[in-house]
Amino acid sequence: MAVTTDRDVGSRMPGDRGVWAWITTVDHKRIGMLYAVTALVFFLVAGVEALLIRLQLAGPNGEVLTADAYNQLFTMHGLTMVFLVVMPVAAAFTNYFLPIMIGARDVAFPRLNAFSYWLFLFSGLMIYSSFFVGGAPDGAWVGYAPLSEQLPEVVRMDYWAIGLNLLGISSIAASANFIATVLTMRTRGMTMLRMPVFVWMSLVVAFLLIFSLPSVSVGLFQLLLDRNAGFLFYVSAAGGDPLLWQHLFWIFGHPEVYVLILPAMGIVSEILPVFSRKPLFGYPFVVFSGAAIGFIGFGVWAHHMFTSGMGPIAEAGFGIATMIIAVPTGVKIFNWIGTMWGGRLRLQTPMLFAIGFIAMFVIGGLSGVTHAIVPSDTQQHDSYYVVAHFHYVLFGGAIFGYVAGVYYWFPKWTGRLLDEGLGKIHFWLMLIGFNMTFAPMHILGLNGMPRRTYQYGSGLGWDFWNLLATLGALVIGVSFLVFIYNLIVSKRNGAISGPDPWDGRTLEWTIPSPPPVYNFAEEPTVHALDDFWHQKYAEDDEGRMVPIQPVKGGALAVDKETGGDDDGEPDIHMPTASFYPALSSFGIVVAGFGMVYLPWGWISVGVGLAITLWGLFGWSLEPVTKEH
Amino acid sequence: MGLSACAGSGPQSAIEPQSPQAESINNLWLLVYYIAVVIFVLVMGALLYAIFRFRERPGDDRQPVQLHGNTALEITWTIIPAVILAVIAVPTVRGVFDMREVPTGDDVVNVRVTGHQWWWEFEYVDYTNAAGETLVTANELHLPVGREANFVMTSADVIHSFWIPPLMGKRDVVPGRITDLSFEPSNVTPPGQPIFGQCAEFCGLSHADMRMRVFVHSEAGFADWVAAEAAASSIPTEGPAAAGWETFNTVCTACHRATVAAEGGVETLGPEVTIVADGVTFVSSLAPNLTHFGGRTTLAAATYANTVEHLAAWLDDPPALKPMDPERNDIAAGEIFGMPDFGLDDEEIAGLIALLKVWE
Repeated sequence: MAVTTDRDVGSRMPGDRGVWAWITTVDHKRIGMLYAVTALVFFLVAGVEALLIRLQLAGPNGEVLTADAYNQLFTMHGLTMVFLVVMPVAAAFTNYFLPIMIGARDVAFPRLNAFSYWLFLFSGLMIYSSFFVGGAPDGAWVGYAPLSEQLPEVVRMDYWAIGLNLLGISSIAASANFIATVLTMRTRGMTMLRMPVFVWMSLVVAFLLIFSLPSVSVGLFQLLLDRNAGFLFYVSAAGGDPLLWQHLFWIFGHPEVYVLILPAMGIVSEILPVFSRKPLFGYPFVVFSGAAIGFIGFGVWAHHMFTSGMGPIAEAGFGIATMIIAVPTGVKIFNWIGTMWGGRLRLQTPMLFAIGFIAMFVIGGLSGVTHAIVPSDTQQHDSYYVVAHFHYVLFGGAIFGYVAGVYYWFPKWTGRLLDEGLGKIHFWLMLIGFNMTFAPMHILGLNGMPRRTYQYGSGLGWDFWNLLATLGALVIGVSFLVFIYNLIVSKRNGAISGPDPWDGRTLEWTIPSPPPVYNFAEEPTVHALDDFWHQKYAEDDEGRMVPIQPVKGGALAVDKETGGDDDGEPDIHMPTASFYPALSSFGIVVAGFGMVYLPWGWISVGVGLAITLWGLFGWSLEPVTKEH
Repeated sequence: MGLSACAGSGPQSAIEPQSPQAESINNLWLLVYYIAVVIFVLVMGALLYAIFRFRERPGDDRQPVQLHGNTALEITWTIIPAVILAVIAVPTVRGVFDMREVPTGDDVVNVRVTGHQWWWEFEYVDYTNAAGETLVTANELHLPVGREANFVMTSADVIHSFWIPPLMGKRDVVPGRITDLSFEPSNVTPPGQPIFGQCAEFCGLSHADMRMRVFVHSEAGFADWVAAEAAASSIPTEGPAAAGWETFNTVCTACHRATVAAEGGVETLGPEVTIVADGVTFVSSLAPNLTHFGGRTTLAAATYANTVEHLAAWLDDPPALKPMDPERNDIAAGEIFGMPDFGLDDEEIAGLIALLKVWE
């Protein structure tokens, strides 16, 4: 008999209510929601920053912003989008779905999971507080030395350097957590090659972060020492080397872009099969390509430095390595099209965004190949051409993919479907606005417009394309207003989805929408890739699918009597809520903040460390689960 | 990307090459671009075909064949892109090494470039001025047509990037290090239509306003320019220009250099800063050399036309015209973040303008 509670009619998430419940939650699903909402807010902030930039550049000799304000805005736009939007939104999906997709009830270290979230939130707020105390970081999100070392008495770039290090701690903790989860908590029968592609991509990303973050961390510490303690790592006059900063940054920075895109590719790899009613074409090749991209991604970093004077051997070597990475990327794209080929395509909103991802990413990928052509890159680098390239892959690619994920998984989070009509309006406005904004930037770059410039003169042939880009940005803004409206309205009044609104293939569609706190009443046993699909359909002689029985999805999961206490809920012990992860992360950020304002900041460092120690001790000494 | 075919032009355009080097880069770009267009059309074609052919229509109850993959196809679409890339790699690598060839010989015009926040300094090491020093100018580069120009470059402060798109791809200028660049201008620039260049590595407040103009002359025209530039400027003895000279000599020479014909002979006023990077010596200063400022078409690193109105506004309040941070200047340490507002009155400004007009 199915347990019918208000879960099934899409009301609030199960679990305790109230602010304190959310602060102390260690439930991976709630942590995923926290990441998602926080990332969305930062996205709107970074979007406003972008609109201001575009307003300033709408015409020549713009006077909307001063150069100082402009430099802060473009720096924070980049920093926010990379570290406070795209990475956290990937973390949101990974948090929520990785455990469920492998049949687990939570991640390996639930409190560490919460710690990662709170450290992300507090670090992001710390960096943004700089706007109110003298100005935000203004040295570009990549903070090249020696510019980032000039004027150490101005603390803007200290906020940036310390903030990034704190965010790095958050990411490393989360990565260790996800790796441990995937390697040790897969349910019975879930071999590695039966895991969904999204889980594979999250695993690759976790390894990328663990191996790349130390490089930028070292670079940032050296920068902080140069700025604040008279060290000379990047000072040529003393025998240091400004290019060392670039190497240390990009050894992180290049794998970082794969961190941004691979989870979105994973999401697309989940959506296409469901909405084509066919398996993912070439699953092992898609998985292996993702791993290959991650691995090769460590060997291409200096393609960001082709104009820095490294010498022809390095330039030729990195150029060739960069070309090589196009091959596994192409393999994925061809496999996605192969998935759609011969299928029965349902062009609902998640599918539209997934297809949009493919189209936009092809463009961004091709412009990326032109960057690998070193002589050509000496014209394109640091111009609007590269701005076009990375927005095509990060916005046309990653953002389209993550938005697809929202439309796809919103019913699982909330029990209700997002409105399909509004979704289509959002899609078309976003697609049109996006291309209006960024396609002209290829032309601007080829016509010699450099990036990171607060104004440009007239008579250079740039006026029309800049105006078009600004209008496109406004269209993008409108599309996101439609999206926000859809989220709000559908959360309240959207059509009830049930557990399996899309006729899905993976385990999250076997449990109620929204799921109970313990995910699975009984941990599933898996017999194949896309096990749920195979429980619903068999293949006939020609390989066509045949329904096994009339299935109301979810019946497979919820019809077990598992006994337990009086309310009919299964007797499953879940990790208890804890205050200490939030407390520890708060202490770390208080200490970091103190480091911006040395020497009197030592007080804050001391207080912060004390709070952290309190948090860590409490964390260590409390039991993982309280007995009822 | 299809739009770039109808990209149009401008004086700073990389796709309107004015040198064989820029043309070679542009040709390589076009080759790759056309290949990319073909790939784009094929891939998008397949995608759009799949969407239209296989989309679900009302009453459509097809059960698609559950194809899991096709190894032969995987191998094919791995190998073909790899081959295409291998083909493109050949001219790419060749281009990398070609860009590195340093031109030598008597015909080469050798220029040492020092990037500053926020202006460009050019030292013509093959030529001396009337004071017996190498010829130094700022922001406006003059070159002879058909002769290779070889640039050896460094920075006085942060990383900048030297970029004149119609003439060559960019190269960063790095403090404490040497980078180099060379190209051969193909065409004489028409009068009043120089080639435009700009700093292309974010360098702070006025990164957007660190621009250049390039004038390509005939052989005779270039010889004339060198001769005029090498001559000392006169010291006016009458009228507002003479008063301007007094102001110049007391206020401006703290940072700016000028080579003038003084009583005792030709001398260069203003601070000389020597920068040594990777064993190469650069003759530099704290601010642009103004010896023949009157002959320049632009001011403030090619951000404004060199008119009386702009010059008056500039001398009155430089940070109002170009974002700078001169409060942080430390002249003794050689750290300059722009030109301050010296609080000059209208008479002093008029005098300076008159003086600088004489200094053509």
